[in-house]
Amino acid sequence: MSLESRVTEIIVDKLGTRPEEVTPEAGFQTDLGADSLDLVELIMAFEDSFKLKISEEDSAKLRTVGDVISYLNQHGVSE
Amino acid sequence: MSREAFIVGTGRGIPEKILTNADLEKIVDTSDAWITERTGIKFRHMTDESTSTSDIALLAAQNAMESAGWSAADVQCIILATVTPDYPFPATACLIADRLGLSRVPAWDFEAGCSGFVYGLIQAKAFIEAGFFDRMLVIGADCLTKITNWKDRASCVLFGDGAGAVAVSSQGPGGRLGGYHWGSDGAISDLLIQHGGGSKHPASHETVDAAMHTIAMNGSETFKHAVRAMRDACMKALEMEGLDKSEVDLLISHQANWRIIDATARALSLKPEQVYVNIDRYGNTSAASIPIALDEVARGGLLSPPKRLVTAAFGAGLTWAAMVLSWKA
Repeated sequence: MSLESRVTEIIVDKLGTRPEEVTPEAGFQTDLGADSLDLVELIMAFEDSFKLKISEEDSAKLRTVGDVISYLNQHGVSE
Repeated sequence: MSREAFIVGTGRGIPEKILTNADLEKIVDTSDAWITERTGIKFRHMTDESTSTSDIALLAAQNAMESAGWSAADVQCIILATVTPDYPFPATACLIADRLGLSRVPAWDFEAGCSGFVYGLIQAKAFIEAGFFDRMLVIGADCLTKITNWKDRASCVLFGDGAGAVAVSSQGPGGRLGGYHWGSDGAISDLLIQHGGGSKHPASHETVDAAMHTIAMNGSETFKHAVRAMRDACMKALEMEGLDKSEVDLLISHQANWRIIDATARALSLKPEQVYVNIDRYGNTSAASIPIALDEVARGGLLSPPKRLVTAAFGAGLTWAAMVLSWKA
């Protein structure tokens, strides 16, 4: 499964959105209806799934689906 | 046969005054919808100016003794978990002991934030199983509204006041104190802290002006650690008891935020009906949340047929703790 598909699957599971809404440009709070605690749970799910630790400072910068995919790429997660 | 410890009575002490979300809308920039969505809280109880932790703790202790059928002469030790004692010293437990007419028994306070009550159960289990005492009172009581920063819209909506107590005996029948797990991580102590008033920053005009005597909390990071710590503590307590998570009848989690309770329940694959929630009516009452819930469960008839409970908490420190309480034979 590609990195994008895994990220999409986690977002769909946590936020209850439709897969087609999860585009790279989609903002978690602006487009996908997440609130601050949903974001924390999403970050936790990414940490658990991709076996990495995302700092509080970095978490604050992850506003869109694309931000997360680039972050994971930059941190050595490819698929 | 080795000694065991049982919960044989429960009680709670709740201040009458109620603070609703609508009341809070008049104090800070917030809304009922915002509070409900993020925390699950609808209202919380609040002590008035003339009431302190010892007053509500006394009520809880009296109710627990009554439900256990104990008189003052039966109580051999009294311990209190609190972060809001009446005074920095003497221990509030001594004041409660005196008002209960137990003037000579060992009595002390201890502090493990919101995990305090479960830390207390673990202490009671140790003392009773080791034969130090046969009958102890374990109390969790806090008046968090006395140390709330009413200008912090993110945290001031969360807290309430209350007290809960259990009577613990070496003789059942009752809820056997079973497998447990407890721990702490002081490396993240700054996530949840009252900066002023201790020896690091003694009370001064400056500490008061800087609002250092109220609760400072990093909610998001605390959330993360809370969910993971409670999940892991539950799993380890169950493992010590030799149980699988599928054998849990009811989770009594610290009531800090229903989203944390929900996330913990999902991590343990529990159904909503297996999770006790009363945060809507109390808010976060710190060390009191679990004994208040236990008292509601016991008095509400939820222990018949007998049940296997797991309690779990996390709090300032950070600290965490879980214990299996088994009303099954």
